[in-house]
Amino acid sequence: MAEEIKTNANKEIKARIHSFESFGAVDGPGIRFVVFFQGCSLRCKYCHNRDTWPTNAGLEYSSDELIAKISRYKNYFTVSGGGVTLSGGEPLLQQDFLLELLPKLKKLDIHTAIDTSGSFPITDKMRKIIDLADLFLLDIKCINDNICKDLVGVSNKLELEFARYLSDINKDVWIRQVLVPGITDHEEDLLKLKEFLSTLNNVKKVEILAYHDLGRFKWENLGCNYELEDVPNATTEDVARAKRILGIN
Amino acid sequence: MDCKQWEGFNKSGEWTEEIDVRGFIQNNYTPYEGDSKFLEGATEKTKKLWNEVLELYKKERENGGVLDADCKTPSAVNAYEAGYIDKDLEEIVGLQTDAPLKRAIMPNGGIRIVEKSAESYGFKVDPETEYIYHNLRKTHNDGVFQVYTPDIRAARSSHLLTGLPDGYGRGRIIGDYRRVALYGVDRLIEEKKVELEILDTDEFTEDIIRRREEVSDQIKALNDLKAMAAKYGFDISMPAANAKEAIQWLYFGYLGAVKDQNGAAMSLGRTSTFLDIYIERDIKNGTLTEEQAQELMDQFIIKLRLVRFLRAPEYNSLFSGDPVWVTESIGGMGIDGRTLVTKNSFRVLHTLDNLGPAPEPNLTVLWSNNLPKGFKDYCADISIRTSSIQYENDDLMRITLGDDYGIACCVSAMKIGKQMQFFGARANLAKTLLYAINGGRDELTGKQVAPKYQPVTSEYLNYDEVMEKFDVMMDYVAKIYIKALNAIHYMHDKYSYEALEMALHDRDEDILRTMACGIAGLSVATDSLSAIKYAKVKVIRDETGLAVDYKIEGDFPKYGNDDDRVDQIAVDIVKSFLRKLQKHHTYRGSKHTLSILTITSNVVYGKNTGNTPDGRRAGEPFGPGANPLHGRDANGALAVMNTIAKLPYEYSEDGISFTFSITPAALGKDETTKINNLVSMLDGYFKQTGHHINVNVFNRELLLDAMDHPENYPQLTIRVSGYAVNFIKLTREQQLDVINRTIHERI
Repeated sequence: MAEEIKTNANKEIKARIHSFESFGAVDGPGIRFVVFFQGCSLRCKYCHNRDTWPTNAGLEYSSDELIAKISRYKNYFTVSGGGVTLSGGEPLLQQDFLLELLPKLKKLDIHTAIDTSGSFPITDKMRKIIDLADLFLLDIKCINDNICKDLVGVSNKLELEFARYLSDINKDVWIRQVLVPGITDHEEDLLKLKEFLSTLNNVKKVEILAYHDLGRFKWENLGCNYELEDVPNATTEDVARAKRILGIN
Repeated sequence: MDCKQWEGFNKSGEWTEEIDVRGFIQNNYTPYEGDSKFLEGATEKTKKLWNEVLELYKKERENGGVLDADCKTPSAVNAYEAGYIDKDLEEIVGLQTDAPLKRAIMPNGGIRIVEKSAESYGFKVDPETEYIYHNLRKTHNDGVFQVYTPDIRAARSSHLLTGLPDGYGRGRIIGDYRRVALYGVDRLIEEKKVELEILDTDEFTEDIIRRREEVSDQIKALNDLKAMAAKYGFDISMPAANAKEAIQWLYFGYLGAVKDQNGAAMSLGRTSTFLDIYIERDIKNGTLTEEQAQELMDQFIIKLRLVRFLRAPEYNSLFSGDPVWVTESIGGMGIDGRTLVTKNSFRVLHTLDNLGPAPEPNLTVLWSNNLPKGFKDYCADISIRTSSIQYENDDLMRITLGDDYGIACCVSAMKIGKQMQFFGARANLAKTLLYAINGGRDELTGKQVAPKYQPVTSEYLNYDEVMEKFDVMMDYVAKIYIKALNAIHYMHDKYSYEALEMALHDRDEDILRTMACGIAGLSVATDSLSAIKYAKVKVIRDETGLAVDYKIEGDFPKYGNDDDRVDQIAVDIVKSFLRKLQKHHTYRGSKHTLSILTITSNVVYGKNTGNTPDGRRAGEPFGPGANPLHGRDANGALAVMNTIAKLPYEYSEDGISFTFSITPAALGKDETTKINNLVSMLDGYFKQTGHHINVNVFNRELLLDAMDHPENYPQLTIRVSGYAVNFIKLTREQQLDVINRTIHERI
């Protein structure tokens, strides 16, 4: 687990934001305004937004500034059943800010989704955040902990506990897994994942995201070594197979 | 009046006594709220016929773009013998000339352009015809250039004003072709005779005389129309008696227009719901099946896909892909709250499935938040699969235009049969800004084009100073622009009057005429001013003191990101330019309107405009229509839409065009989600008061492959500014421009 980004209590809380996508059609229900937070604690080898990792980059926004931006899209949210998706990077690294932003969104009746790895302990603060959000898009990196540690740099222990907690309090969740050929696609692991998911009672959707190397240029731009050099992109057939194993469509 | 052809129709209202197509529709149409399941596939007959057309298309391509041309007979409503593709297979008949895809010449617009067009495709105009038009018959083009003043000529050759219809037909007039079917031609002639009688006044003024001459020409054109139809074995003097006749009569009306005029846009109007009334009546009385109804519509559309004009290569570099803008407006809501969507609104879109995608007719859905869900879903589904539909905001336009308007060309709305426009192409505002900085000298040639104003001489551009000079330069451009348009339309009316199209309009004094001006380079001018205001822009001058390049220090807000700081600049430019145009008297007292639309000419405008203070390099294309410059938008599609929706429609009533491209994957993960998201996007954009959107759904790779292997993509259609094109017919430059544009994707 990484340290939360500390903010000075005396100053107005500002978030570090990497970028925005005003038309998010694949990160939650309906049309989503996606806020990509700057900074990430994980080191996923397949990350397609490598430039979101550093916690000291990005642009600063106050919650009111964000609200002003987001409100401009309400017409699209209402007609589509959409809302805001807080993604990243890792949005849960900026918890104080979320505690300020989420109530304001709630007041405006804007649906909120948090796209996270869930690799955080369930603290009181986290409980409040979870309470305020409408939906979690939870990335289960890999149910096999050895593979998980190697692939993303941390154990899956916390994220599985996070999933369990969401289930316990009955918070809506979409489970997502990136299908990396030869790494996260072993049948026994997928079956294990299926078994784990069957113990959760709040899963509204399970999505298998096909690994692709389209984000590779970002690693190269940053002068970083791309470790999955020889891993092929997951094909539609790969995804179909994984879905069959998981028993989803 | 009553007649047996109207049996079974509801005769309430005035439509039986007056020419009132809307009244007929309102009293007789059946709104359809269901889904697309009732639709039928193409019949064997249609498939055979369409395959023959595809063969002809292939030959046309292999022949360098033009299959054949009659270079002797000046085209007119009744200039040719009947022509067929394959008579036995054709349910709806009629061709522009005596053979399919054989192009006609229309020298009334200008003989030189006809000669040039013919020569560029390896044809030669007949010497006798040449003699007549060079020596005996003056043309529109001759007239315009006789009166053009030196300032107009200079602005024209420096591309400050471009695309002016001074050498080609102005188009953008929609005849109410439905009248031919509903009333028959004799009744229409009667009405025109009444008008002629009213024009027998005590004060026989120049205006009255002109109008009497025009109405007389209209009556002649209607008689010619009857004679033309007779060659195909039809008597259209009386109303159409059934669905097949209604489509055939209506098509004859349109066909007469495209035989008479090579207009820049020859749009069809709003016909599908009108025709649905006839189809419903026939289905009800057992004389027509759904399959046959679809066959009639498919065959009607095949005919519309065959319309061709002989045009010069310069014209094609402006408006590529051989467009005709056979725009058909579909759907919308009635002012009584009922939807104007009928089963035939579905059938006309369904032709894209039955015959495959195509750029023509230019299918335009009049979108309202209140459209039935089944229709919205169907439109989105077709859009995703064919990229062949454009959408315009019915909730916005219905306020001023009611519920029987149609779109001419791309985005120009007009009440059918009650309104027409004087098409005015566009002024280049990016260049205008450069002229402001350079005191009226052209940034590429150094020539003094506009009057000699004081140029900016400082090292860094000062926002207030530049704005002041820009304002003065816009005054100048507005002045010569209206001068040029007045000359053009005076001469067009005189030498190339659209007698048939105007015959299918109301009485002259009831017609609203608009002077449809336009602007190009809005986003470039806006970003340039933003750079000057929010960053520091250093001027680089050549040895004569001409500003030829700019260096930007620092960052600045860019148009297309829903950022008021810069978007407001664009809004101000639009308002200010229209107000400047309004200061000038227009030909025939027409109403000043404005469009933000470039069609594909954003490439040519860019080519002729030097480096701009926003960092755009000389020669690089502008953004199309109201789009941001490629790559300037960094916050996704809806941010762009929010920016464009800020442009005030009230100041740009001739339309605000936005072209949007997205990859299928970015639209959603499965088909249903994609459809829902597209529908929601359209609902949201139009609620936000956006005016127009082209929707393209494709991958960049597909276009790249089509560039290399055009033979595999004969029907690949994409939406450009306000119309669609056959991708493989674009020039390489334009293909690259499309590919380099922002295609919204998600990685």
